[in-house]
Amino acid sequence: MKVAARPAAWIVWGIVGFFFVNLAGLVLSVVVSSFGKSWFDTWLPQGATTQWYGEAWRDFGLLPVLLTTLQVSALVVGLSVLVGVPASYVLARRAFPGRGVLYLLFLLPILMPPITYGIPLATVLYKYGFAGHLSGVVLANLVPSVPFVILTLTPFIEQIDPAIERAARMCGAGTRQVFVRILAPMLVPGILAASVLVLVRTVGMFELTFLTAGPESQTLVVALYNSMSAAGIRAQQSVDAMAVIYTGTMLVLLVVALRIVNPTQLVARVKEEDPT
Amino acid sequence: MAAATGTRVALRHRLAERGIDRQLLLLGPALLFVVVLFIYPFFYGIGLSFQPAEGGAFAAYRSFFTDAYERDTIATTLWLALPVALLNVGASVPIAYRMRGRFRGKRLLTTVLVVPITLGTVLTAQGLLNFLGPTGWFNRALMTSGVIEEPLRLTHNYWGVFFSLVITGFPFAFLLVLSYLSGIDPTLEKAAATLGAGWAQRFRRITLPLLAPGLATTFCLTFVLAFSVFPSAVLVGDPAGETRVISIAAWHAGYEQYDYSKASAIAVVMGLVELVVIAVVLGWRSLLYTGSTGGKG
Repeated sequence: MKVAARPAAWIVWGIVGFFFVNLAGLVLSVVVSSFGKSWFDTWLPQGATTQWYGEAWRDFGLLPVLLTTLQVSALVVGLSVLVGVPASYVLARRAFPGRGVLYLLFLLPILMPPITYGIPLATVLYKYGFAGHLSGVVLANLVPSVPFVILTLTPFIEQIDPAIERAARMCGAGTRQVFVRILAPMLVPGILAASVLVLVRTVGMFELTFLTAGPESQTLVVALYNSMSAAGIRAQQSVDAMAVIYTGTMLVLLVVALRIVNPTQLVARVKEEDPT
Repeated sequence: MAAATGTRVALRHRLAERGIDRQLLLLGPALLFVVVLFIYPFFYGIGLSFQPAEGGAFAAYRSFFTDAYERDTIATTLWLALPVALLNVGASVPIAYRMRGRFRGKRLLTTVLVVPITLGTVLTAQGLLNFLGPTGWFNRALMTSGVIEEPLRLTHNYWGVFFSLVITGFPFAFLLVLSYLSGIDPTLEKAAATLGAGWAQRFRRITLPLLAPGLATTFCLTFVLAFSVFPSAVLVGDPAGETRVISIAAWHAGYEQYDYSKASAIAVVMGLVELVVIAVVLGWRSLLYTGSTGGKG
């Protein structure tokens, strides 16, 4: 392309390059620090060690935290798909009075900052005894996840030819059969995409989990935040090691997600649903 | 009896004609979730905000707005969120503009741009503290090359939070802008070029108006992300002063002073401020252009 020779292009790529160099430096500094012995006023730490990972794993009880994270995410993904799929089917296929209002209702939890609804939600969950336990964390995380599944899946369903369903109905299939035998198999890619994205969001969701979790029901982000904000208790390198573990986990999830969905297409599909 | 059944059937038919039938029951569980876990707590919170322990219905709001330390959190948050959202959207446009066509390494570049999403607040915070801190690689490189004498102070203040929000927000804004931009039909620009329009004219008259709705949406979404900043304002910021954002104020009220009424009031104020900004942005863009963006979308 001849545009690449223009000065404007060089400036743009220069800025992108600068951003990436600094970003790489930032990430590398954490990785280096997590493997370093002691690191003060020098370019590199004085020696390499893996003790911080061992320390993080043991002292911090990383295994139960990872298990909680896994439990919470699995429950949130499962429940939000179960609840979201039928709703997105109706929203994709049917025109009925109040459809626009419903859409707005499902859009609101995504548009509001989690803290704004998280605080009253946490209060309500404490009132009924859910907060502080796994159930409270799961319930809170469902609030943005169910709408997210609905908004991601609706365009997928719109792409399926309704004639296929009509044909199935002609042959005597009921709604349940249409769902299980026709729609579910055709929707597998969409459901997978939505699940992986909900998974990434749930693992990374700080505010809602922070507001509703008890000591036994912290997920990785919250545990990590607590260990970092309580400065001085834990060696900085040990926090670095945990941060590397967290990012490694997220990276694996994201790579899996990118194999299933093309990020730009996905955003464009979500955009179509935006009534604003 | 027969007449009663008759009217019932007729009613069902009439409703079905308007699109209401039993299939809508499939919406039930999702609706129940939103109502029980979002709408009900929301109104419960609003109610709570008007029931402070003492001082009448508006006491919680009054104490928020009369205390300058609390009130200023709104300005602090906006002063962080608006520039960050503007920068993220503004920087995304030229970069996405360059990346519209097909070229080698496009997929790789997109992937690399998505990676910061996985970093998470804590790794970003630790990275910023390590990298931009007084003895970090950034200051070290600048000092070794003789650009500066004293290390720049870039963490535990406004800039630390600013950078952290750019790192987490930019990839997101970029992906959105790129997808909106690739939705615009390139033949429109080609047609303008054959009529003799230069690139600046083409951009201003064709691409920008078509992109405006997408930019408004992207701005709103990145603004929401930046506006709700909480962990990084504590970890790389100055949570008692320069970066005491409104979510920190809400958290303090609720979970350190155990004043749920005030916490709810702050959450309500926070939601309102955010909705006002979004309404202004969306209202402004609907003044500019209303219509479809044309392309595949």
